[in-house]
Amino acid sequence: MVKTNKKKAVKKSSPAAERWELRLYIAGNTPKSMTALENLKRYCEEHLRGLYSLEVIDLLIQPQLAAGDQILAIPTLVRKVPVPIRKIIGDLSNEERVLVGLNLRPLKK
Amino acid sequence: MAKTKALLTLDNPTSLMIPKVKTGIKGFEEISYGGLPRGRTTLISGSSGSGKTIFSCQFLAAGILQFDEPGVFITFEESVEDLKNNVKSFGWDIDKFEKNNKWLFVDASVSFNNETKVMGDYDLKALLIRIESAISKVKAKRVVLDSIGSLFHYFQDPSIIRRELFKVLSTLKRKKLVILITSERLEEYGVVSRFGVEEYIADNVLILRNVLENEKRRRTIEILKYRGSLHSMGEQSFVIDPQKGIEIIPLTRLQLTQNSSEKRVSSGNPPLDKMCGGGFFKDSIILVSGATGTGKTLMVTEFIKGGFENGEKVLFVAYEESREQLIRNAKGWGVDFPKMEKAGKLLIKAVYPESASLEEHLLRIQLMVEEWKPTRFALDSLTAIERGSSKKNFREFLIALTSFLKKKEVLAIFTSTSSNIVGGTSVTDSHISTITDSIILLRYAELYGNIHRVITVLKMRGSLHTKNIFEFDIDANGMHIGHKQFDRMSGILGGLPFVSDRNEEEKE
Repeated sequence: MVKTNKKKAVKKSSPAAERWELRLYIAGNTPKSMTALENLKRYCEEHLRGLYSLEVIDLLIQPQLAAGDQILAIPTLVRKVPVPIRKIIGDLSNEERVLVGLNLRPLKK
Repeated sequence: MAKTKALLTLDNPTSLMIPKVKTGIKGFEEISYGGLPRGRTTLISGSSGSGKTIFSCQFLAAGILQFDEPGVFITFEESVEDLKNNVKSFGWDIDKFEKNNKWLFVDASVSFNNETKVMGDYDLKALLIRIESAISKVKAKRVVLDSIGSLFHYFQDPSIIRRELFKVLSTLKRKKLVILITSERLEEYGVVSRFGVEEYIADNVLILRNVLENEKRRRTIEILKYRGSLHSMGEQSFVIDPQKGIEIIPLTRLQLTQNSSEKRVSSGNPPLDKMCGGGFFKDSIILVSGATGTGKTLMVTEFIKGGFENGEKVLFVAYEESREQLIRNAKGWGVDFPKMEKAGKLLIKAVYPESASLEEHLLRIQLMVEEWKPTRFALDSLTAIERGSSKKNFREFLIALTSFLKKKEVLAIFTSTSSNIVGGTSVTDSHISTITDSIILLRYAELYGNIHRVITVLKMRGSLHTKNIFEFDIDANGMHIGHKQFDRMSGILGGLPFVSDRNEEEKE
């Protein structure tokens, strides 16, 4: 299992390109949360390598953070930047739909 | 009253009850036999504008103000700001409650935009975490979820939401909270809730309605389901008072348990007292029925005079004439209303009947009786107030009013106008004749080309009374009931008397 507490994976390269700030809300190491995290990391590495920062918030540890982004469901992915904010609820298992939902054009296809 | 012994179990519902918590909403404890149970979920379903959110807010506010039970309000639809503004007028200072750590909002209002998408499996753990942390923060005893319909909209898959809500509610139930959830319905009479699943996750179901009846809005509350408990059946009227919020008028829970008094007091007219066998009973309800101009308002005026002379306080609610008119009329019959008012013995309220619903009229009367504490009450006329209300609604109003007056041991007189100038009965009479204790008929009778006024006591519960019909005159000193009874005539109540044969023969 991956360590999930507020894990940041920031990689810097090509500063001219658009930066992405993503936040994933989970609640403990449940299968759904882990699936979502693994899926998300895979998509980011494939399509946004070096252009994104990912913050994982575990609400079991920091319950007070759920109010800020109006989170009701777990797991929820929030795209903070670029604006507008978008939210995707679920385990993110359908890659194509997630990319459409994030409005992210695949780098390689 | 000996004849009103109901079934023992219904008289004493506490024996069949699960432990309940008083809501603090006026009238709700009566219709629910004690309030809402702890550790259970109650769903309030209603069309838009039926008062769900007001009920919910009042439930929390009353909990804080009356029982020191903190509450958490989870809003799925309106923003916290909107909510506060909407209920501001009711005098619940939510800001203060929040400051004192008695009330906490969980803002789960979800916006309907395209920026949120659902992909794959999820649960509502985040919501539960937020609710739980709010509950432990204020040590809440009451929780409101308003309204869960938004969740179904937002997440679209009802089966997942149903499963998840069930989990959330189970957790809250284990904490022994009183849980209220609201949900919309589209029709006043139809399926219980919009998504058809809300009622299955709740132990109890209340329905609020805002029904159009004879061009008037009437609000009702119905307890549809109450697991493991007795409750009253059917719709109960309620009003939303702009200052106090929801007040339910529990009609079906009224019981005929009033004491009945043997003491008699004067009607204000000695001959009439004699006709009634010595005056009116102290806590009885008297109906005066007659066509227009027969002297009903005069009889009310004399009734007030009788009360004043007896040192009693009289409340007079008039729906037909203005204050000034009433004072002038009374003066014409030698009765000085302003003097009585100055002495603090008379309160005249002239109200336009259409200015409020029957429920509101009832509450106003109740409030005045409770605050001013009169021992006599006069209402002129029922016919005016019946205008524009349904038969059922009017009957409920009357039952509630009469049983309230009896409970307060107030002697009351109502007038009712018959539709025909001569003879006949009015619709109102048939409604209320069983509710009132005494009925006095005033009628016109035509005899040899002249109109005569006649009076008779039709009914006098628990007492002897004369069955004769007397003629009476009206002059500057009021009503004069003659000694001469119409014993030679028949058909007087029909309005067209004729000299009866029997008497004719005797006469000869």
